[in-house]
Amino acid sequence: MTNPDSQNQALTTAQKVELSLKKRYRAEARFKAFGLASICFGLLALVVLFSNIIGNGIGAFQQTDIQLEVTFDKDTLEIDDASDAQQLAIANFDGVIKNALKARFPDVKSRRDKRLLYGMISIGASFDLRDYLKAHPEKLGSTETLWLLADDDYDTYYKTLKAGEPFVGRMNEKQQAWVQSLLDNEQMKSSFNTRFFTSGDSAEPELAGILGALVGSLLTLLVTLLLSFPIGVAAAIYLEEYAKKTKLTDFIEVNINNLAAVPSVIFGLLGLAIFLNFFNMPRSIPLVGGLVLTLMTLPTIIISSRAAIKAVPPSIREAALGMGASKMQMILHHVLPLAMPGMLTGAIIGMAQALGETAPLLMIGMVAFIVDIPGGVTDPATVLPVQIFLWADSPERAFTERTSAAIMVLLAFLITMNALAIWLRKRLERRW
Amino acid sequence: MSISVLLVGMGLMMVAAFFLGRGRSLAVAGEQRLNSLPSFYGILTALWSILPGIALLGLWSIFDSNLIEYAALKHLPEALQGAPESELGLVMNQIYNIANDKYVGEAPVYMIEAANAIISMQKQSAWLQGVIVLAAMFIGAAVVWFAINPQMKARNRVESLFRVGLLACACIAILTTLGILLSVLFESLRFFQSVPITEFLFGTTWSPQGALRADQAASESSFGAVPLFAGTLLIAGIAMIIAVPTGLMAAIYLSEYAPQRFRSIVKPLLEVLAGVPTVVYGFFAALTVAPLIRDIAVSIGLNEYVNVTSESALAAGLVMGVMIIPFVSSLSDDVINAVPQSLRDGSFGLGATPSETIKQVVIPAALPGIVGGILLAVSRAIGETMIVVMAAGLAANLTANPLDSVTTVTVQIVTLLVGDQEFDSPKTLAAFALGLMLFITTLALNYVALHVVKKYREQYD
Amino acid sequence: MTEAALKEAKQPSEINLESGPDAGEHQTVGAPFHDNAKITVRNVDVFYADKQAVFDVSLDIGKNEVIAMIGPSGCGKSTFLRCLNRMNDTIDICRVTGSIKLEEKEILDTKIDVVPLRAEVGMVFQKPNPFPKSIYDNVAYGPRIHGLASRRSELDEIVETSLQKAGLWNEVKDRLHAPGTGLSGGQQQRLCIARTIAVSPEVILMDEPCSALDPIATAKIEELIAELSENFTIAIVTHSMQQAARVSNRTAYFHMGKLIEVNETEQVFTNPDHKLTEAYITGRFG
Repeated sequence: MTNPDSQNQALTTAQKVELSLKKRYRAEARFKAFGLASICFGLLALVVLFSNIIGNGIGAFQQTDIQLEVTFDKDTLEIDDASDAQQLAIANFDGVIKNALKARFPDVKSRRDKRLLYGMISIGASFDLRDYLKAHPEKLGSTETLWLLADDDYDTYYKTLKAGEPFVGRMNEKQQAWVQSLLDNEQMKSSFNTRFFTSGDSAEPELAGILGALVGSLLTLLVTLLLSFPIGVAAAIYLEEYAKKTKLTDFIEVNINNLAAVPSVIFGLLGLAIFLNFFNMPRSIPLVGGLVLTLMTLPTIIISSRAAIKAVPPSIREAALGMGASKMQMILHHVLPLAMPGMLTGAIIGMAQALGETAPLLMIGMVAFIVDIPGGVTDPATVLPVQIFLWADSPERAFTERTSAAIMVLLAFLITMNALAIWLRKRLERRW
Repeated sequence: MSISVLLVGMGLMMVAAFFLGRGRSLAVAGEQRLNSLPSFYGILTALWSILPGIALLGLWSIFDSNLIEYAALKHLPEALQGAPESELGLVMNQIYNIANDKYVGEAPVYMIEAANAIISMQKQSAWLQGVIVLAAMFIGAAVVWFAINPQMKARNRVESLFRVGLLACACIAILTTLGILLSVLFESLRFFQSVPITEFLFGTTWSPQGALRADQAASESSFGAVPLFAGTLLIAGIAMIIAVPTGLMAAIYLSEYAPQRFRSIVKPLLEVLAGVPTVVYGFFAALTVAPLIRDIAVSIGLNEYVNVTSESALAAGLVMGVMIIPFVSSLSDDVINAVPQSLRDGSFGLGATPSETIKQVVIPAALPGIVGGILLAVSRAIGETMIVVMAAGLAANLTANPLDSVTTVTVQIVTLLVGDQEFDSPKTLAAFALGLMLFITTLALNYVALHVVKKYREQYD
Repeated sequence: MTEAALKEAKQPSEINLESGPDAGEHQTVGAPFHDNAKITVRNVDVFYADKQAVFDVSLDIGKNEVIAMIGPSGCGKSTFLRCLNRMNDTIDICRVTGSIKLEEKEILDTKIDVVPLRAEVGMVFQKPNPFPKSIYDNVAYGPRIHGLASRRSELDEIVETSLQKAGLWNEVKDRLHAPGTGLSGGQQQRLCIARTIAVSPEVILMDEPCSALDPIATAKIEELIAELSENFTIAIVTHSMQQAARVSNRTAYFHMGKLIEVNETEQVFTNPDHKLTEAYITGRFG
């Protein structure tokens, strides 16, 4: 194992290499372990994040109901005809509920305790009773056993009690005893919380739902998509098919790439200064939100559309031009249809980005407390991420639960959109 | 005429213009051969009808509210007309509320008069707008209609309009940048008229809420932004300490060591982290991470030496770091994959171990690209808003203690601008000055980063 | 030879291997074995996934000889060469069976450590691939990672002698700290050779080392190979028959993954034993 050069050296190359090997392999193993640890850290963060959100939020899909004997007493309700909508609108269902509670817990005497007792049932229950009586006018005067929506404190207490670790919160011992008495008589149950998906925001956690924010998000996204997709595709076509290498084109390119990395809150400032202050557009509406998000997502859409156009083989362009098609015809008839799946993929990713965006919408005032479900792009609205932000600020534990649930809904939308984009891209890849 | 009715009308008019133009071309052609397909004449007519229509509609919508407001001012008493802008704004707000039926209570007579004037003007304006827009569309279509002859190069004209339209769309990128620059610059300049720029850049006390109540002297609020810059850097620094090594090592492991199957599963999973909205991270940081960090710090007795709060820079930075991991890792992955295989072969051929090859050949070769990626990540960390708004707090402490609460530029922008604001107070304008700083910083970072990455890519192309 | 000709050569219809004298058994003709063998190769097959690229190759590479491997494109000669220091490991789907011994050591043994192996069997690649480092660091890279020099002066000496042996010293001695990528193509390839010999390997594998170079640079590399053959065992894959004739002692001819003939270079080019070899060197294909 020698060669003439190393003959006069004490050690051969092979021996020297052998000497260093152990140390080098330790370094190798350390390096590899560090790499694997990094990945594990990332995955762990993902698991912790998701399990935390799901653990916190899964409860919000259940609501707690309390069974009471409700007497639709004419005197308490102060009406005499349950089929008259006007009378129903002013009827005192609160009194009915209070009576039912008093009847269920006759021992409660002091004013303070009574107030606590009346808080057991959500104020939303009186609306439910009105709807019930509207549907069954003949029940006026009769006594029914009904499930009524519990207040959020009781809701939280019941859910944590079932999980084995009661969260007392603001509940005093008497209140806890009432819950125990209800439980003993099987007068408390959980049911699926449809209200969460069918109502707008509310100051009462047990009544708050995400429909308003969801519709707001969809309207905002609609505006964004309708504006940013055509404009983005048009810009991409210009840059790929028409633009010669001029100063203007270079400048446009630099601008697009930079805008893709500008913080979103800056787009909020732009929206505030230009759309709200200069153009005097109203605050808190999906139209303005959509405009701001359009400007924000345009770079993403332009960049991905350009990539899709680039992927169309030049031979197809040459074939079209060779047949005597004009440039516009070549683009509209050949390039655009072939590039469309790629462009759609980019658009979906851009929309997913816009759907999760919060900061710029705060700037243009989409943070208002809005109970109504928006009916159009000019109705005041909020969006899902902003709703999450608003709820996250509320101290009640029931709102924490709803925040997590709203996050789950938002993530479900985002995952669906991204999965759609991946599916489209997979299909596209097989083209050539 | 409501806007939706007008839009439908415009659509119908455009369709009509198309068919009229097309019919006209066929009619004038007779025996002659048309220069272009008949539908091109139709499209040309339609375009020349809809374009002026849209332009007028846009201009009208932009200016009519300003004009109406200007006209409504005439209904106000002489004394009010000369009032400062902020006071006038309040009055106008009330008047608009009356006009929109949102006003509760008794209003002064002049306000009701002004509100009535506004309502009637709005109605007139809407009608006038409809008539003018439709008339413009008609005139546009008619001009083309009369000009149609068999020699007219309709296709070429449509193509050049098409091209101009595309160019206009491409220019929106420039307009956006310009819009951002002008809007923050303009308001910033107004801010620097009341607060000297040196105080803003070098002052160490930040308390913009000082002038919140009118009876307080404006001097009580101060706008020294140094604590904000320091807080931003602290949080971004923590985030980068987490994200850069983790992201880079994850990218290296995935591209150099991991088998294909592992890579195809783990890579998308890591990218999920990048797709999670920042508000979710903010919620996670505020609700879970921040209390955890505080509890740990207290349990090991750190609170005896330093200030430990429940809104800590560490919590925000940590979560932000996690958010940026996939960003760093996918950018690094790209640049590492761009390093030619021949360099790796050269190193392996000499008997280097994989880690030696990576550390001494691949990383140095990919360094410019990695640095570019890190700069983009820094820019992202600096501009990140929701995590810090929800988890970092509002206290403008000038501290290097990561367990203390600090505030950042973006937090202050959001806090100063969310909710009702008067547009002239230095407090509101300060947000735009901060926005200007943020924009300049991130723009510079992005520009350098993109330039470096581009040069890097050209090297191996 | 043109691309088209190369493609045609791959068509079995052009030259029917099965009709040859050794049909089916791939018996190598000539003298594949050597008395003083440095590397002994026996029955080596190489597969890329399901596709077999090298069929049953047996061959000896003698100490301090230069063996040239020639054959049409895609004949498996480069793939075979890369087996000799396990560079095929970097390709996931590649599988090698059979036996390759470096003196007494089994190279294909999965337990064998490729790191010291590659220090003993160095490799020079088709395209010059200097690291994006200085000339000095390029040459010092191998000695550094293998811990061959304990002092700076020793390292300096290794770098200098390696560059001298690669015939590059006089051209670069004044700019040792300039980037290696700034050199011309031929210089880069000589730098890569210097980098390889700095580790003082016993065998140097060269995979078409001149294919990316101009004739003058090629001549210099060929000269260098002749000098290096005094100290090293060299296996060179080449496209150019002239090059093989100029630099090698023995020549091995590969065809469609099979080793057809190994003989003294002179014999291969004047009086080949196999008609496929004859067809190749007379330019009938490839």
